[in-house]
Amino acid sequence: MVKVANAPDGFEGPGFFATGVDKIIGLARANSLWPLPFATSCCGIEFMATMGSNYDLARFGMERMSFSPRQADVLLVAGTIAKKLGPVLKQVYDQMAEPRWVIAIGACASSGGIFDTYSVLQGIDKVIPVDIYVPGCPPRPEQIIDGIIKLQELVKNESGNRRNSPEYKALKDSYQIS
Amino acid sequence: MTNQEVLDHIRTKFADSILEFDEPYGMLTLIINRDALLPLVEFIKSDELLQCTFMTDLCGMHHPEQKGRELGMVYMFHGWVKNIRIRIKCFMAMEDPHIDSLCNIFKAANWMERETYDFYGIKFKGHPDLRRILNMDEMDYHPMLKQYKLEDGTRTDKDDRFFGRDGNSNVEFDQRYIK
Amino acid sequence: MSTNPIEIDTLEGEFSTLNLGPTHPATHGIFQNILTMNGERIYHSEQTVGYIHRAFEKIAEHRPFNQITPLTDRLNYCSSPINNLGWHMTVEKLIGCTVPKRVDYMRVIIMELARIADHLVCNTVIAVDTGALTGFTYMFQEREKIYELYEEVCGARLTTNIGRIGGFERDFTPVFHQKLKKFLAEFPKKFQEFCDLTERNRVFMDRVINACPFDAERSMNYGFTGPNLRAAGVDYDVRVMNPYSSYQDFDFIIPIGTSGDTYDRFMVRQQEIWESIKIINQAYNNLPEGNYHADVPEFYLPPKDDVYNNMEALIYHFKIVMGETDVPKGEVYHSVEGGNGEVGYYLVSDGGRKPFRLHFRRPCFIYYQAYPEMIKGCLLSDAVVTLSSLNVIAGELDA
Repeated sequence: MVKVANAPDGFEGPGFFATGVDKIIGLARANSLWPLPFATSCCGIEFMATMGSNYDLARFGMERMSFSPRQADVLLVAGTIAKKLGPVLKQVYDQMAEPRWVIAIGACASSGGIFDTYSVLQGIDKVIPVDIYVPGCPPRPEQIIDGIIKLQELVKNESGNRRNSPEYKALKDSYQIS
Repeated sequence: MTNQEVLDHIRTKFADSILEFDEPYGMLTLIINRDALLPLVEFIKSDELLQCTFMTDLCGMHHPEQKGRELGMVYMFHGWVKNIRIRIKCFMAMEDPHIDSLCNIFKAANWMERETYDFYGIKFKGHPDLRRILNMDEMDYHPMLKQYKLEDGTRTDKDDRFFGRDGNSNVEFDQRYIK
Repeated sequence: MSTNPIEIDTLEGEFSTLNLGPTHPATHGIFQNILTMNGERIYHSEQTVGYIHRAFEKIAEHRPFNQITPLTDRLNYCSSPINNLGWHMTVEKLIGCTVPKRVDYMRVIIMELARIADHLVCNTVIAVDTGALTGFTYMFQEREKIYELYEEVCGARLTTNIGRIGGFERDFTPVFHQKLKKFLAEFPKKFQEFCDLTERNRVFMDRVINACPFDAERSMNYGFTGPNLRAAGVDYDVRVMNPYSSYQDFDFIIPIGTSGDTYDRFMVRQQEIWESIKIINQAYNNLPEGNYHADVPEFYLPPKDDVYNNMEALIYHFKIVMGETDVPKGEVYHSVEGGNGEVGYYLVSDGGRKPFRLHFRRPCFIYYQAYPEMIKGCLLSDAVVTLSSLNVIAGELDA
């Protein structure tokens, strides 16, 4: 029994299929995201295990890890971010081109985790806007994959005009991102 | 060599520098004047019998209840030939936090002394590059001193009441050190 | 053959600055190297660390003793059981508790599995940095088997919080025995595949032989321990010098190198994996009968039906969970042989419920300061391979 994924809503005829531009582009983007692994600590090792052959991330289109922000779509922040690293993270995020998404992997990236101290940033959403939070300390590879699948749903259903909308501009202004 | 033999051997040259000595859990611990630190360390490194050529660790301490001797430095050395471990401690007053640097004798002391300066504010005379290493350069206090809190006071997403750290109530676990 | 490092003393020629910045695929961890280079040769370098400083030592002054174990997990997170068990041994030394022989042997099995996991990460990453990705893919499969073994004991994969003060939380389950036997039967063959891919591979050897050698004299002065020191020719191993947890019962050799270059560091770790397999076999085949924990009711949770029926057990349970057990006053230093060298715990207790001062002797922090001297005059590609062969783990570097 082969399970076929659903096509987006559209109008179909012999030899053609008409649907919205958003849907096609969303489908293409969702299945070929290029991640930037910003791996800091223990969650980075679980991320490496997710990339490995047992929990293969390549099946979701993430075969090629981009370490250059200019060529990346998703910023995967895995691990604790200290206050010293905050400006670096912001600079990496600024260098990414639209459309860009952020996944915060692990408790430390989501909210500071067990490190409620003077030197740790209590969650990366203090410096950059985050789309998906994956809790866990560290999250199992299955949980990281769950986060990525949720991101794929987000990407598939994103409207084409979102990045130009006033709400998005307000979000960027609240983080002082130009 | 037993700890007693090591102590007697060191005493032959440094009898008046050793203020106290003890053997907690089997490691010989000497408390000395801070002026005697450099000669003593050079002695235990180059001596034929001891040969403590490896510096295991160094760290700082803060005892706010010991007036006049609040800040302390702890050094641990290890001689591999005869498996000798020695711990050396020096205390100094909070108003006068300086001590000689061991960078010329053991290169390993470089970053460890920077870390101690970062955490406690102890200044090392003769250190080639004494500046903060782990914390941000703009930080203006030395965080490991007991009077400073662990948490960041400006964070808004965590409610101190749920962690038993309400400034108004009497339930505070570490009242000993809050001034 | 790697080009030999040359002496560059004068600022002649054109110099450029390269930022091997905090986020870089080749630095496996978060630390910054600013390199001043003349073409491909490195003239000078400056390190900035502290990008993941989480203030472990300050946190430890505010937590009861069993809540510090999760902190030690996150020091060297590739081999967290070694840090956990080292901490438990430190507290047992402070309170004067001796554990049964069975606990010692169980601890040895877990620690050697952690050592294999750590060395596998380091060696596969050295190969990845020279372009050989196959070893990484194959060996991470084996690490999954080690993770499954940890899960049988403590429930977690990476940050294990394994063991308790006084022993283990439960005895080895039958599934653990089955999985361990399977691992010991199959792993040597799989590991041999990785050895065949890299150890005598002409391309790999040309890349790493003579890449940033570091002799024994300077290594000792810089405080090196562990495989990096043993690659330089000094056979210092805490398991042999100050045996803990019944290591004196086991028969293993300490592999050493000669010149301290990247190939020696790689080969020392390879050989240590074989020695670890030997030790696990010896420990498992001679596992003594006995209890899996010591009799320290003040630190070790009593069994649940005692807690429900016995007043004394209930009080102990309450005090342990709420962190209200006082420990004796004193200062103790205990060290274990971690994946990177001597991991030391200096614990000062003032008779209260939390440590007065806890300092971790972190081998990565101490030997990383030698990196500028190691790469002076070398090519950039050698510097990258040297960095991965040092196995700098950012959690242990910054703490």
